[in-house]
Amino acid sequence: MNLLENISLAIAGLRAGKMRALLTMLGIIIGIGAVIGIVTIGGALTGTITGSMQTLGVGNIIVSMQSRKDNVYLSREDKISDKMLAVMRQRFEGEIEAISITENGDSGVVRDGRREAKVSTVGANSDYPAANNLTLQQGRFISVVDNAKQKKVAVVSDKLVGDIFAKNENPLGREIKVYSGSAIKTYVIIGVYKYERSLMNVSVMGEGDTPTDMYVPLDLVRKERNIWPGYTYFTVTAKQGGDAKKLTQDIIDFFDRYYHNNVNYTVSAFSMESMIAQMSTIMNTVSIAISVIAAISLLVGGIGVMNIMLVSVTERTREIGTRKALGARNGAIRLQFIVESVIICLIGGVIGIVFGIILGNVGAALLGARAALSMPAVAIAVVFSSAIGIFFGYYPANKAARLDPIEALRYE
Amino acid sequence: MSDIIQMTDVIKKFYTGTPNELTILKGISLTVREGEFVSIVGVSGSGKSTLMNIIGALDKPTSGEYILSGEDIKAMNDNKLSAVRNRRIGFIFQTFNLIPRTTALKNVELPMLYAGISKSRRVARAKELLELVEMADRMKHLPSELSGGQKQRVAIARAMANEPDILLADEPTGALDTETGRLVMNIFHRLNRENGKTVVLITHNPELAAETSRILTISDGLIINERVNKKYGIAAEEEKA
Repeated sequence: MNLLENISLAIAGLRAGKMRALLTMLGIIIGIGAVIGIVTIGGALTGTITGSMQTLGVGNIIVSMQSRKDNVYLSREDKISDKMLAVMRQRFEGEIEAISITENGDSGVVRDGRREAKVSTVGANSDYPAANNLTLQQGRFISVVDNAKQKKVAVVSDKLVGDIFAKNENPLGREIKVYSGSAIKTYVIIGVYKYERSLMNVSVMGEGDTPTDMYVPLDLVRKERNIWPGYTYFTVTAKQGGDAKKLTQDIIDFFDRYYHNNVNYTVSAFSMESMIAQMSTIMNTVSIAISVIAAISLLVGGIGVMNIMLVSVTERTREIGTRKALGARNGAIRLQFIVESVIICLIGGVIGIVFGIILGNVGAALLGARAALSMPAVAIAVVFSSAIGIFFGYYPANKAARLDPIEALRYE
Repeated sequence: MSDIIQMTDVIKKFYTGTPNELTILKGISLTVREGEFVSIVGVSGSGKSTLMNIIGALDKPTSGEYILSGEDIKAMNDNKLSAVRNRRIGFIFQTFNLIPRTTALKNVELPMLYAGISKSRRVARAKELLELVEMADRMKHLPSELSGGQKQRVAIARAMANEPDILLADEPTGALDTETGRLVMNIFHRLNRENGKTVVLITHNPELAAETSRILTISDGLIINERVNKKYGIAAEEEKA
């Protein structure tokens, strides 16, 4: 029997009972919708997070001090010293590209007449650009000498330059004043870097109000903030093509020699790579959890479809008897009911996909990520809902096909 | 004229081998020739429905022989039986049994659909048949929009779809009032006389049986009486008038 006839028959049947069809589809709609929604949001998030992690540098190793127990105070002697850093750099000369140390300074506003731009002052050493993929557009970055002499120099973003200076003005060598509370600090611009918008620095206020980083010599900030000598936190960048994982372990071992007798503190290190891996593991776990829920929903939906098909077979017993009397083979009856069940599931699946896309886009927008519709997921959803239709439609369809025509014709 | 139905000593038992074993048909021998209009009369419980099911290839005899148009029904599997019902038998039921939510035209197309006939030929033939039963103006109507007599006329057109060897009508006027029943009976007479269609009518109504060319009376699973009617159909009507 003609497949097209079966399809139009099934659709006519569903039209006659719209409410029932919709309720039957609900499980499928929710299941497919959840899968598509989650895949869309997950894809968007993963893309954005790995994207921003990569700009931060995959080869980076974050080294920081960790307290061994609660309620301990950091003493001068506990901190990682310049000497340790120097020894470390020497020991792993072939593997370390850069050691970047930062210290946050004041946040403030750069003013020049009526023009202004928000900035966050960051004290940085000369290794900063190498560790953070910072691209200089003009001038140079803070040098070892700038740092040692605590020069009042600054590297600012192109965005700030655009906000403060006229189009053809050369910002290099110009003085800027940073107003922070009652304090006013003056710096000379020695370089301009390219500002990159990322998930990390998007604020709800919008692009215009987002402060950009202004880099000044690290030791200048440390002196202003009266920070004790020594460090608690820095970033090591592995050389291109180096084994960041091995270097991480080497650094842990290196510091262990200094700290294994320290009862209060230890030094830990972890690579960005492992953090990204950890992130994807979390994302995958969440995806799997949601998928399991979706699978249960689809299973329940499928059972609902089976139930309604069984009801339909019983209701249409006479019709089945008549069809058999008119010469329908068992196979034709079976096909008719399977087609009906597949149509229910497919319509449910398509509604679910639409619902999931909407959900995914809204969700991604709320999280500030760009939604990426996964075509394979849509294709799988379509195939999967048909499969549910066939699987859960088979039993009722077979039951219909095997009805005794005489009994069926006599059915009241 | 050739024999369409040849039934020899057909026995039909139910629940065979159990203590509740029932023998409904106790040895029916029956021959129907092409072009006949035969009626099978019996009270309810006489076995006429079971006999109809066997004639219509919906069921197989427990023992005995049933040859339909030269083919042995007893030897057939389910699919063969479906094919026989599809091509050789045209069923007409007391309760019409049109497929709901399906137009008159589609209902008439149905047996041709199962026979694998192309859409265009199906539609053309279905229209032709609906014209034959004077239902051409209602072909787009759903069964729920038709009266009983109209439904039965559509059912007759549907039964005729694959040019069956016999029309097998089970109380076709049972659910209709006298006047409409008359109209339906007239269609059978016309199809029998003008189209040479063999008709087997199952009824409990002796008056309807009296219009047919041969009347078989069945009681308790056996044919107890056979009467040939020289004057039947229109002739019988004229006589009544």
